[in-house]
Amino acid sequence: MADDKEREGTELVVAEYHRKIKEAFEVFDHEANNTVDVRIKAGAFLPGLSSGVSREIGTIIRSLGCCPSEGELHDLIAEVEEEEPTGYIRYEKFLPVMTEVLLERRYRPIPEDTLLRAFEVLDSSKRGFLTREELIKYMTEEGEPFSQEEMEEMLSAAVDPESNSIHYKDYIAMMVVDES
Amino acid sequence: MSTHDLEDMGCGTSSSTKDRKSEKALKAALVIQNWYRGYSARLKARQRYALTIFQSIEYADEQGQLQLSNFFSFMLENYTQIHEKDPELVARLFGRTLQDSKDRQEYVSFVDVPDSYNGPRLQFPLTFTDIDLLVEAFKQQQILHAHYVLEVLFETKRVLKQMPNFTQVKTSPTKEITICDRGKHSMEILMILFVSFLVYPNDLHLNRGNHEDFMMNLRYGFTKEILHKYKLHGKKILQILEDVYTWLPIGTIIDNEILVIHGGISESTDLNLLHRIERHKMKSVLMPPISIDEDQDTDLKKTKTGANVVPREGKTNESPSEQLPKHEWEQVIDILWSDPRGKRGCYPNTSRGGGCYFGPDITSKILNKFQLKMLIRSHECKPEGYEICHDGKVVTVFSASNYYEEGSNRGAYIKLCCDMTPRFFQYQVTRATCLRPLYQRVNTMESSAIRILKERMLSRKTDLIRAFQLQDRSKSGKLSMGQWAFSMENTLGLNLPWRSLSPHLVTTDKNGNINYMSTFQDIHIQKPVKEAQSTLIETLYRYRSDLQIIFNVIDSDHSGLISMEEFRAMWKLFNSHYSIHIEDFQVDELAERMDLNKDGSIDFNEFLKAFYVVHKLEKLNKSDGQSP
Repeated sequence: MADDKEREGTELVVAEYHRKIKEAFEVFDHEANNTVDVRIKAGAFLPGLSSGVSREIGTIIRSLGCCPSEGELHDLIAEVEEEEPTGYIRYEKFLPVMTEVLLERRYRPIPEDTLLRAFEVLDSSKRGFLTREELIKYMTEEGEPFSQEEMEEMLSAAVDPESNSIHYKDYIAMMVVDES
Repeated sequence: MSTHDLEDMGCGTSSSTKDRKSEKALKAALVIQNWYRGYSARLKARQRYALTIFQSIEYADEQGQLQLSNFFSFMLENYTQIHEKDPELVARLFGRTLQDSKDRQEYVSFVDVPDSYNGPRLQFPLTFTDIDLLVEAFKQQQILHAHYVLEVLFETKRVLKQMPNFTQVKTSPTKEITICDRGKHSMEILMILFVSFLVYPNDLHLNRGNHEDFMMNLRYGFTKEILHKYKLHGKKILQILEDVYTWLPIGTIIDNEILVIHGGISESTDLNLLHRIERHKMKSVLMPPISIDEDQDTDLKKTKTGANVVPREGKTNESPSEQLPKHEWEQVIDILWSDPRGKRGCYPNTSRGGGCYFGPDITSKILNKFQLKMLIRSHECKPEGYEICHDGKVVTVFSASNYYEEGSNRGAYIKLCCDMTPRFFQYQVTRATCLRPLYQRVNTMESSAIRILKERMLSRKTDLIRAFQLQDRSKSGKLSMGQWAFSMENTLGLNLPWRSLSPHLVTTDKNGNINYMSTFQDIHIQKPVKEAQSTLIETLYRYRSDLQIIFNVIDSDHSGLISMEEFRAMWKLFNSHYSIHIEDFQVDELAERMDLNKDGSIDFNEFLKAFYVVHKLEKLNKSDGQSP
């Protein structure tokens, strides 16, 4: 009896996850017409855009609340891509993989205090801020480097124009409020 | 590797302190990058959702036209009865024929330009200096005098009349073609375009779009803009403008290979036919051709087979020679209103209420049939300003950036040369947009979108509550997410990501269930009269755009007033056609109570303006600039 209830509970959860994933998918795939055969267009026809496949799929996955690293994202995409990469990702393949990700609660988002500590690590002299140059250096040279576009985007919101530096505690607080 | 773990591993010797430090820095960088990418993606998703809201509502509004168009047909079909009761009304409704027997010279010469006029003065024949003059003047927010507007319009009409339905253009190694779309209405843009066209008639090619339509102008406020800017001569300007619209070519063909049109195609699109039709007889998408016959019963049959109109003893001003046969009218509608989709086949465009959705197979079929290689069109706002589909055969270009709201989308235009590979140029205007960080732009856009969505929800409040209650058997006031989303989608007819939007629209309890009445908690329609029934107010609010058009049509002298009789007659018809359950006397009472009867006439703009929505959280929002 308990098992049945549990299974039913999981089924409901899975059903809701399916709908959530479908919603996110549809918003990015404008050609769909409520059909299951939904494809995400890659950068195939658009010269100058970098690796179209990961662009929109990555956004979709992250918009569902997951925070994979770029490396983890590429692995995930490899799982859902066609055997012969056409630049398309089929919804039928994406759905079960994404559902598993959600059920297993993989790629959990970064807690606020971890983020704060990360900034503090980079701010070795414990000033309470990072200079523009320092942030650029770390973000574009370390880890999984930012593209120029990503760097500019982050700077536009993070830099305090008067001091030309990033007061990371305030910045984090602002971003967290914006998301809630 | 876990990116969350910042704890150091092992103690190490002094030489590895540096390694430890850089390893820590590496991990820290990874944490920040990971977090940022997640945040940035969610921001972009929110932007997309907002855009989806704007788009669905815009299309749903266009769909309302279908109903309105049916209403006009319905009125025409019931012509006899209306005519018996009110011949004046009929003459006003159907007598839209232009009385332009007046010579242009005669009219324009009556419009004087006073010495005190500080705006731009155009010299005919026009040259490029006039274009510069106009652009500079408009940058200074000046208004072009009606005299010049009329001159330009008359001249534009004269030139357009000589052009075929499709302009044929050739590229050459030295000649590049730029393709763009006009975007939102504005008198100024129109004037610059027409003047440029008159200066360079062989180099600037204009195609008709779905908004080059006098009915659409009524609905979307362009008419109001003109009447407001040109109080004295606005009516005449509108008359000529409507005429100019009908003379705009249907499309352009480049190098016999690329077809440039506004909307799209259907499976029955026949370019050979379209080359031949008398395009200026296509007045409006909302006025389908109808046959007015002695015998009411045969009306519909005749219309379907595309028979021409039979005049009724001079009582109607709409003679047979003034209308397109129905099948030709439909061909033009398809060109102006259709949208490409991934799904194969051709089926009615239910979002817009006109034209169809056409799939890649239709594109191939039609392009092959007429030996074409590509279709370039506009009609849909795209986030990046352009989009390619149907295996590269269909290109959508949208040139108005920030179309719905600041930050909503980029604009783009295309450059073509003879090797045929199109190049795309994107941009986004306003310095303000470029300087503001992304999250602020997204917040603005999101608030705006949620706001209009809530207004939409409010206008269907009664229906929504009924739908909710139907599912809430236990009368708990709560529904599951699935039930709530289903009700919303079904009642509003908007295909939106309801689950993702729900945090903005309703409150949820700790079990994840929706308190459905919270849908309406922050918002209500301001009642112009306290005692008026809520359903009446809601209905009038919901149909206010349609009513606006209808009133504007009746008010053919654009005075802003219609008589109480006309109001009643119109309301009766509207009531029965839209199956609204409002008693006539209720509307009468309302009009009277609002004290809008001035000498037996109603200022309908005032009447309709009185229904507006109050957003409770508005004042709060203004201070902190964040979305609710």
